[in-house]
Amino acid sequence: MINKKVANVEDALKGVTDNITCMVGGFGLSGIPENAIAQLVKLGVKGLTCISNNAGVDDFGLGLLLQKHQIKKMISSYVGENDEFERQMLSGELDVELIPQGTLAERCRAAQAGFPAIYTPAGYGTEVAEGKETREFDGKMYVLEHAFKADFAFVKAWKGDAVGNLVFKGTARNFNPVMCGAAKITVAEVEELVPLGTLDPNQIHIPGIFVQRIFQGKNYEKRIEQRTVRARN
Amino acid sequence: MLDKTGIAKRIAKEVKNGYYVNLGIGIPTLVANYVRNDIEVEFQSENGVLGMGPFPFEGEEDADVINAGKQTITTLPGASFFDSALSFSMIRGKHVDLTILGAMEVAENGDIANWKIPGKMVKGMGGAMDLVASAENIIVAMMHTNKAGESKLLKKCTLPLTGVGCVKKIVTNLAVIEVTNKGFKLLERAPGISVEEIKKATEGTLIIEGDIPEMVI
Repeated sequence: MINKKVANVEDALKGVTDNITCMVGGFGLSGIPENAIAQLVKLGVKGLTCISNNAGVDDFGLGLLLQKHQIKKMISSYVGENDEFERQMLSGELDVELIPQGTLAERCRAAQAGFPAIYTPAGYGTEVAEGKETREFDGKMYVLEHAFKADFAFVKAWKGDAVGNLVFKGTARNFNPVMCGAAKITVAEVEELVPLGTLDPNQIHIPGIFVQRIFQGKNYEKRIEQRTVRARN
Repeated sequence: MLDKTGIAKRIAKEVKNGYYVNLGIGIPTLVANYVRNDIEVEFQSENGVLGMGPFPFEGEEDADVINAGKQTITTLPGASFFDSALSFSMIRGKHVDLTILGAMEVAENGDIANWKIPGKMVKGMGGAMDLVASAENIIVAMMHTNKAGESKLLKKCTLPLTGVGCVKKIVTNLAVIEVTNKGFKLLERAPGISVEEIKKATEGTLIIEGDIPEMVI
């Protein structure tokens, strides 16, 4: 067994310094690595470049790092629902690169899969494609988008084991699997770290080869951004 | 004139049996409520679910099961979850049959702008650029004019584009319009709305051929 298990979040984030580039899983507040984010706040590291679909809300998720001015640059597809983010962006304190959501996913996946770049139709003819190489295939235009280069990927899964195998739950899966193995070091936190052999090999979403460190997370809040319900009748 | 629900009801008629449909945020989300129940349709949400069901009952919300608008949802029998890369493989790979989304502006050549107002609103494009770049069948749901009363159906978009030459059909509070290579072709009028009123509210080239029927909703 190649053991990836570390004792706690402190050990999991060893080597994190100022000015690193990190991928952070999640869609909205669903499936975010809550423990890793809390530890980044505690470490007080600054000048971070974060690759994450969203930027959290004012008082949770990556919003916690924004509050402390720890993020230098955000690479995201959608950043609404965060007043502090908007303030920092408009005042120029925060550098923001907005890219199409599918492109964000595929630039992660390219890094994971060993592709230097990919061609996508998304953004052709828009300001997203400005200054980028374009090329025609079968009469349609595509934009060349490069694989991300990141130091750390912080992901969150539902279940995992000591070799780093991961299983996700519901739509909390989102960007987490494509970020695994897409950075130099992938740190996975899980709601349930289960004994080796418990997970069915047929049902593994991400094999442990893509994960360098795994730990049992704790105190998950799992906040809901838009609680929508229907009446019983 | 239609309200938002009316627009959603009219668009629901465009949803055909066997379709996989992606609904944007806002009016498009309402479309799911009005699709005929004698046809089989699956709703895809870009954050990684196919086979979306209605909102959960109070007390049954699950933080791990949401839609692209971050609302709590349920899934129907046969549903599946997947990661963001696979979700956009469905979208860019043209496996989704129909995309319905909102817009701030549409141009007569099918260009669409719906993600940014420079200096004012910069929230990002989310999945909209991927959706419009690939979908074969894109319907825009929007009001015909903005809050200042200005037309949103233009000769040329003034806001930063989301995609070029991609919109096929537009359903507004006033009309159903097809985007052709000669401009906006008026197909139907909203109840109680005259062709003249639609002409007045449309800045781009409006093609009117023969009698324009009133929408049946």
